[in-house]
Amino acid sequence: MTMVKHELRQNRISLSVWTLAIGFLISVCIFLYPEMKGEMESMSDVFASMGSFTEAFGMDKVSFGTLLGYYSIECGNVLGLGGAFFAALCGVSALAKEEKEHTAEFLLTHPVSRTRIITDKLIAVILQILILNVVVYALVAGSMAIIEENVPWKEVTLLHLAYLFLQIELAGICFGFSAFLRRGSLGIGLGVAIMMYFINLIANITESAEFLKYITPFGYADGAEIVSEVALDEKLIVLGMLYCVIGIIIAYWKYSKKDIA
Amino acid sequence: MNAIQTTNLTKYYGKSRGIEELNLTVKKGQFFGFIGPNGAGKSTTIRTLLGLIKSSGGSGTVLGFDIAKEKEGILKRVGYLPSEAMFYSGMRVRDVLKFSADLRKANCKEEAEILCQRLQLDTSKKVEELSFGNKKKVSIVCALQHKPELLILDEPTSGLDPLMQREFFEILKERNAEGTTIFLSSHVLSEIQRNCTHAAIIREGRLIACDSVEKLSQTNAKRIQIQGNVDIASLENIRDMKQTEHGISFLYGGDVNVLLRVLAKQSVQDLSISEPDLEEIFMHYYLDGGEE
Repeated sequence: MTMVKHELRQNRISLSVWTLAIGFLISVCIFLYPEMKGEMESMSDVFASMGSFTEAFGMDKVSFGTLLGYYSIECGNVLGLGGAFFAALCGVSALAKEEKEHTAEFLLTHPVSRTRIITDKLIAVILQILILNVVVYALVAGSMAIIEENVPWKEVTLLHLAYLFLQIELAGICFGFSAFLRRGSLGIGLGVAIMMYFINLIANITESAEFLKYITPFGYADGAEIVSEVALDEKLIVLGMLYCVIGIIIAYWKYSKKDIA
Repeated sequence: MNAIQTTNLTKYYGKSRGIEELNLTVKKGQFFGFIGPNGAGKSTTIRTLLGLIKSSGGSGTVLGFDIAKEKEGILKRVGYLPSEAMFYSGMRVRDVLKFSADLRKANCKEEAEILCQRLQLDTSKKVEELSFGNKKKVSIVCALQHKPELLILDEPTSGLDPLMQREFFEILKERNAEGTTIFLSSHVLSEIQRNCTHAAIIREGRLIACDSVEKLSQTNAKRIQIQGNVDIASLENIRDMKQTEHGISFLYGGDVNVLLRVLAKQSVQDLSISEPDLEEIFMHYYLDGGEE
């Protein structure tokens, strides 16, 4: 518990900045919707006929003219990418930062087992992701309730749930990397998140690259798809959680026998 | 029981040597100095004992606990002072001390206060604003506040001013008198000669001498200082030869009679024969590869 509290304290500024930045951006976008609504209806046709660009962002499946359509695309970019970056950074720095900042020697010479430290750090990472998502969801729900009477709660909730899974998966994978790293961890975290994002874009554009959906968590966090199906792709999510667990297992395996520099 | 015992303890970093077949014994209650130059393996030994790194061979126990399997048992009873103290930025000194105590599930408030006062450490400062010496003090309090059975100190005095060093050794001596075993590494020999009862010398990853400081200081070699123009080319067992203003100075390990006979034939203005200090013995071990 000491360790979890310590981790949360250490990261409280970074967590607040990311949460507020994502929450603010996404709320602003929602408040812009009533004004853009009229224009959006005419724009919808344009967006729907931009070929592979349309497909890449799933704009062929939903209409920009509805709050839900608008939100699923916009939310996908703000929370999807922002949340992915935060989760990846959080996961990848969790273990690596102790050696990077030379605090490992202090921490690991206290009578706390490495397993305990890994577990507590993992709990702290997941807690931070949960806090970010709950706050962002509350801000989104509040903003939507203000501008629209009939908020499509189910779809919005499913969307946010999908992003939560996406973030946890990325954090888990990056946590695995974290056990190996000493320096340059942030770059690798960002790299993983961006790579996954682009893999999904490619999978969306090219038929023959559809299998890539099984690799990237953005595959199941596709706003347009979730909104049009009103369901999550459980198969992909289970697969994603499997990648996450593998990352975590690797972290335990590597970090409990690592030579600390 | 031994506080520290290693048997053929070996550590390689890839192909480069850390320590090789180290057999070290520190008895409970000793004030033990661990001497060696940079890169000899002092820190590697300490870090292996504490489980920060895994040995490549051999075994060891600390306070009867196995270093490979019973790390927590060791860490619970040991206070460790790293050579380079680093803390979490943004924390105040008192938060660091509290965090360290919490990780040990101990309440050390009283002891921490006493130590901070003696070392003149301001606990309201942020750790990243502290000078090197003051960071060292934070480490010292972290290592001592839970009253461990064994103190492992890696170059503890670097960065401390002479007054603080004296206070620090004062505290260590008090602890030692209360029964705490103290194991400190250093390359400042006078410090070890003044404070430690026992010492070991490590060179290129191997232990080359381990005994009481008294016995280590007693070798056959004598420091010979001669004033006058003398030719000693016929003498053997001469080390650390130095030209002084009016003559020469060297360590002599041979028969004194031979020396006197050679000198008797020449014009000597002044002669002094003295016990070498630990520093000179250290040089002797280092320059010649010790007793191998």
